[in-house]
Amino acid sequence: MPANEEQREIHRSGAEVLLRALKEQGVEVIFGYPGGAVLPIYDAIFQQNAIRHILVRHEQAAVHAAEGYARSTGRVGVVLVTSGPGATNAVTGLADALMDSIPVVCLTGQVPTHLIGNDAFQEADTTGITRPATKHNYLVKRAEDLARVVHEAFYVAKSGRPGPVLVDLPKDILINPAPYTPPPSTPHPSYRPQLDPDPARIAEAVALLKSAKRPIVYAGGGVINSGEAASAALIEFVRASNFPCTTTLMGLGAFPASEPQFLGMLGMHGTYEANLAMHGCDVMLAVGARFDDRVTGKLAAFSPHSRKIHIDIDPSSIDKNVKVDVPIVGDAGRALMALLEEWRASPGRPDTKAIADWWRQIDQWRARDCLRFHQPMQPGSVIKPQHAIRRLYELTRGIDRELFVTTEVGQHQMWAAQHFPFERPNRWLTSGGLGTMGYGLPAAVGVQVAHPDALVIDIAGEASILMNIQEMSTVAQYRLPVKIFILNNEYMGMVRQWQELLHGGRYSESYTAALPDFVQLAQSFHAVGLRAKSIEELDDVIREMLATDRAVIADIMVDQKENCFPMIPSGAAHNEMILGPEQEESAAGITDEGLVLV
Amino acid sequence: MANSSDNSYRSATISVLVDNEAGVLARVIGLFSGRGYNIDSLTVAPVDPERKQSRINIVTSGTEMVIGQIKAQLSRLVPVHRVADLGLEGPHVAREMALIKVICSGEKRTEALRLADAFRARVVDATTGSFVFEMTGTPDKLDAFLELMQPLGLAEVSRTGIAAIARGLKTI
Repeated sequence: MPANEEQREIHRSGAEVLLRALKEQGVEVIFGYPGGAVLPIYDAIFQQNAIRHILVRHEQAAVHAAEGYARSTGRVGVVLVTSGPGATNAVTGLADALMDSIPVVCLTGQVPTHLIGNDAFQEADTTGITRPATKHNYLVKRAEDLARVVHEAFYVAKSGRPGPVLVDLPKDILINPAPYTPPPSTPHPSYRPQLDPDPARIAEAVALLKSAKRPIVYAGGGVINSGEAASAALIEFVRASNFPCTTTLMGLGAFPASEPQFLGMLGMHGTYEANLAMHGCDVMLAVGARFDDRVTGKLAAFSPHSRKIHIDIDPSSIDKNVKVDVPIVGDAGRALMALLEEWRASPGRPDTKAIADWWRQIDQWRARDCLRFHQPMQPGSVIKPQHAIRRLYELTRGIDRELFVTTEVGQHQMWAAQHFPFERPNRWLTSGGLGTMGYGLPAAVGVQVAHPDALVIDIAGEASILMNIQEMSTVAQYRLPVKIFILNNEYMGMVRQWQELLHGGRYSESYTAALPDFVQLAQSFHAVGLRAKSIEELDDVIREMLATDRAVIADIMVDQKENCFPMIPSGAAHNEMILGPEQEESAAGITDEGLVLV
Repeated sequence: MANSSDNSYRSATISVLVDNEAGVLARVIGLFSGRGYNIDSLTVAPVDPERKQSRINIVTSGTEMVIGQIKAQLSRLVPVHRVADLGLEGPHVAREMALIKVICSGEKRTEALRLADAFRARVVDATTGSFVFEMTGTPDKLDAFLELMQPLGLAEVSRTGIAAIARGLKTI
């Protein structure tokens, strides 16, 4: 590489080379926590102003904050932690980003190269530990590799199916002089994901779609990862075809919830109409979704009569769980645009009469109003968690600021997915694949850092929020006005629900005794604490929370025994859904086979 | 419908061209153990010093869907350049080498030598009480020879696992 040779400049230290590479990659913010092995990087950070550092209070939170930053901006989130415990603490966040395909570059310190393998202080085999928790990882052992590896890490993190990439940096590499090289101008020698779909497959897919009598579009987080153009193409295709559209948990916002063709989320806690339409369809267009077990339910009974088209940028997502008839490898946006073009150009006409009949059937399912709940309104009534979320949504509608919602994991997450509609992509941030309790607060930190003027709400449960509650200190330090909306039922609600439905009501260890007073907790972290104990207090608390320009914890005491419905019990099929007490008719039996599933 | 199309197992010989860098074998093996795929045989060695590439040959088994997954999962590893399913992409040659120690005396010694000759195994070490045979062939041929050596005093075996390559003009 003679061109690169000429541009090589020797810098005083590897840490400076690292920061230069980060600047070149457009990095504005790093979420991190210092320690011995990364002191040279922190020293270099101290001596510059281009890159801002946000000091978190736990390394796991650094990764979630970077995920929040990445998912709300479409850019790569950057993490910086020290060796040993710094790196091992980050593992949960990395695994989370891997499962949900979030582009993150995690820089970890490492003991000096000559000490690697000697059980040195704060040494861990970071690349070994994180290999299955990252898309790719690197250990930089030579100064001349440093800049190249950092540039490559960003390329790998954001290309193809995005994901977390870790770069392990021994301390001597950071201290000693190192050459800088700019990002390569040639393509990566081996990692070149296919972006453009095969036109023959697109034609095949459109022919199948035009023959459909009971079609459905099933869209996932891949549409959001592809960018806003992909959502626009999805909307255009769904409108042009008059097909019904459902999205996964990760796909919420990829298709506007207010569109009449939106059936809501599908899957374990999806809507009646979405799941029955998936079960009864004859042609399925899956795009940027991966047939997760929370979506398919019992595989053998999953959408048994349909021919399936699957668009995915990751060839290993295709035919993994469900065998499909038309596989299309490529970027979701490009594939949807190609599909739309072919839909308009090709001669066949869709069967509008059959599709009108299909809509009549879907409207009957919709009439069940599966998300209905009953909220008694007389003063003193206990607050239903669904009602709290609906009111939160309604009271935020008039606000002329950008709105982002993060969640923790559990019942509150599913209720938020069901009752808080999203019109645009990148506004909804939740831990879907890994299901990481403690995700929401640090993710909200990342979102608020990226969007200082936006309204950022973490819809939380009282159990999940305690998993990363230390981030209240980060919130205080940077005066981030995040709103933490706790649906407090004093239980690990989803665990309690499963114990009620599957384990004979034996509530083993799911009641949280000795909860903190969240109002006082907020105050001790320099935030505002509010509480609503019964229905007449709810709206006032939400209004006050929204009107406060500081961080708020709103502790909403909700019905302790409320369950999240509809629910497809594990091991059951889409048409074996349990509906809520409001419209209960079937209590589908949970088989022993289902019991072993999670 | 399509979900249960083909549940029969098949064996697959997969060759993978990878960058010869630290951790690349761990990535491949970790993928197999992490996702519960079988490894029946695995060999790895550098094959292109100029490009710094190594070739990994893996014999695995699974349903058509699982083998498809294995190939897709291997292909998306960053240091992987090419994944070839040799059985599927045309005729190929697969060979394995074994070093086989037989401890025996008297008539059994002559019999062992006679069989070794028939199987074109070479004697690479001999003492008055033992032989070490070197033998190359398909895994089946090696199995057959080892079975014959069993009653004659088979004491120890070291096998390489298979190296495989496509027949004809085709290259990886």
